[in-house]
Amino acid sequence: MRLKMKLGTMAVAALMTAGAPAMAELVFPSLSYRTGPYAAGGIPFADGYADYFTLLNERDGGIGGEMTRVPECETAYNTEKGVECYESTKGEGALVYQPLSTGITYQLIPKVTADDIPMLTSGLGRTSAKNGATFSHVFNFPANYWDGASVAIKHILEEEGGDISDKKIALVYHNSAYGKEPIRTLQELSKKHGFELVEVPVDHPGQEQKSQWLQIRRDKPDYVIMYGWGVMNQVAVQEAANIRFPMDKFIGIWWSGSENDVLPAGDKADGYKALTFHNVGSDYPLYDDLQKYVYDAGKAAGNGDQTGTVLYNRGVYAAMLVAEAAKTAQEIHGTSAITASQMRDGMENLNITEAKMAELGLPNFGPEFQVSCENHGGNGFVAVTQWDAEAQEWKLVSDFMQSDQDVIQPLIDEDSSAYASENNIENTCS
Amino acid sequence: MPEQLAFTIEVFLNGLMAGVLYALVALGFVLIYKASGIFNYAQGVMALFAALTLVGIIDGQVPFYHLINAIFGTDIHYFGWKVNSLVAIVVTMLVMIALAWMVQRFVFRHLVGQEPIILFMATIGLAYFLEGVGDLMWGSEIKTLDVGLPQGINATIDEATFNLTGYGFFIDNLDIIASIVAAVLVIVLVLFAQYTKQGRAMRAVADDHQAALSVGVSLNFIWILVWSLAGFVALVAGIMWGTKSGVQFSLSLIALKALPVLMLGGFTSIPGAIVGGLIIGVGEKLFEFLIGAPFLGGATENWFAYMLALVFLVFRPQGLFGEKIIERV
Repeated sequence: MRLKMKLGTMAVAALMTAGAPAMAELVFPSLSYRTGPYAAGGIPFADGYADYFTLLNERDGGIGGEMTRVPECETAYNTEKGVECYESTKGEGALVYQPLSTGITYQLIPKVTADDIPMLTSGLGRTSAKNGATFSHVFNFPANYWDGASVAIKHILEEEGGDISDKKIALVYHNSAYGKEPIRTLQELSKKHGFELVEVPVDHPGQEQKSQWLQIRRDKPDYVIMYGWGVMNQVAVQEAANIRFPMDKFIGIWWSGSENDVLPAGDKADGYKALTFHNVGSDYPLYDDLQKYVYDAGKAAGNGDQTGTVLYNRGVYAAMLVAEAAKTAQEIHGTSAITASQMRDGMENLNITEAKMAELGLPNFGPEFQVSCENHGGNGFVAVTQWDAEAQEWKLVSDFMQSDQDVIQPLIDEDSSAYASENNIENTCS
Repeated sequence: MPEQLAFTIEVFLNGLMAGVLYALVALGFVLIYKASGIFNYAQGVMALFAALTLVGIIDGQVPFYHLINAIFGTDIHYFGWKVNSLVAIVVTMLVMIALAWMVQRFVFRHLVGQEPIILFMATIGLAYFLEGVGDLMWGSEIKTLDVGLPQGINATIDEATFNLTGYGFFIDNLDIIASIVAAVLVIVLVLFAQYTKQGRAMRAVADDHQAALSVGVSLNFIWILVWSLAGFVALVAGIMWGTKSGVQFSLSLIALKALPVLMLGGFTSIPGAIVGGLIIGVGEKLFEFLIGAPFLGGATENWFAYMLALVFLVFRPQGLFGEKIIERV
């Protein structure tokens, strides 16, 4: 009987040790999608996100002396599953969420606000979340969809010597809330610069785009801007090549600008351009550390074969931004074991400078920006990359350019004030 | 020729070509439904699995390498050789036959005589299982499939139509190849069903499997045969669609394009799948060109295909070529 009691006690103790998280670890849940139709985009981001935190643990002993933990929850890019993942992980002491999906983001906006947990949606989600006075817990630095649309036009202006009043620009977009995001911005920019805007929607998933590209062939636009995701991107690049549309006049948003999107079309994708809010490649000191502490130690996430790809870099960058926000929160509150609420303060006071980026091993990797209570979205600096099919790599072909704030800021104010009045939200910064 | 008329003809021709690609997927559904009364939800995933296997074999990828590396701590990915496309297609077909055998042996043999809804649900399970196995075997990354099929505008047609009408029509070389392949496939399948012993046995099972059993037809063999043929059709569809977009997991969604084709052409007719595909392809493309894009903001193809199929369904529930089911008490 006593032996049974002892064994029982030992079993309970073992279970408690295994099941309960360490008290002071910093938890950064990863709502990943490694399965389903969008897995090819979800895997590299999730790997980069996890590898950066592994590096912090292995090299620095975590953040401010606290080890980090990245519990992964598979969403398969499905909004309902994404919400389930949020609900099932928030009780683990989650500090911040980064759902790599606009659909999940929209569902989580009221939830994170009520639960006092910040959410970062770099380059995705609800664009007007940049207005921190309305969206107290949502951040979308360093750039948003409207910044992307504006910088695409800015790049075209540069290419055309500053005058595009006689040009026709087509927007090929995923026929969803995400794909429709840039329409209003482009319409305003069309009024400002005088170009003709042609809107060409593509239904989900976008495997068949013959009608759209026949229309483009007939309409003969001077430039095509694309807001696509998943298979829509690969088919669009292939169809553009099929109709012999010049690739250097075809510009995708950052979700249409990974290796996945151009490799299937082979050499014909050469010259295709895409916007980005971070640099490309793996020629950074940080990668030496990743090699030493993560890859060589056999601790890489996934298969360890995504290093240096565009979406892997985005995952690393996303992790770096929240890790820096966590450090800021620790400094502000004078404690290493921060809470989600304190993490929000850290994000709202985040200041990313080039000196800091260089110190982190990522010189010239991303734009400088300062977050504030009113501005949760940074300064809207975006660059242009171009695919080199022979070298099979993306190259940065422009500086980081600021979007047209004269056009975008009024749109953000309008959209966020509409959201505020619909939801009875007071200005949280006043 | 007026420009608008030339555009319309171009859209019509491209609709026909797109319809052929839809029909390629629909054919697999028809084969299995015709012989066993099973609506095979897994047909789209079978196309994905076939294409993944084909690329994996061509590239000399080690199957289950993730699993092997995770268990044994190794770092293997490729055998280090490339396999000729034709040889790879043959090997992939053998894999699809093995899959057909396993599906029959481990799933449907145990479900003979069950309600159609049970069989349908079994195929849903099969679809998710196969997607998972495909992921484990070959990985989730997007793969480039190149079996030497030409892609891009057909210069001859472009030039000829330009000389004739003043506007060069765009016809994709891959679509022309797909049309030829589909035509050959349908002829071969129809001839097989009509003139071979196995084909006649297949039709006998389709008509009445108990009667077929009573005259010595092996139900097991016929179902394996039918699933193998559906696997072959899935492989052809996977090659065509995979060449266009790369081989990736969204390939399984091509099944969505086949459903309106089946509703329209009927679940039991091989020529019906082709005619249904052509009607859907032309219908959705012309509607998008003439009404959708100019008046409704575009992106009408998906819902229009289903609406068209629904209209046919109301007036002819068995589809254009389907067999009318009459049940007598």
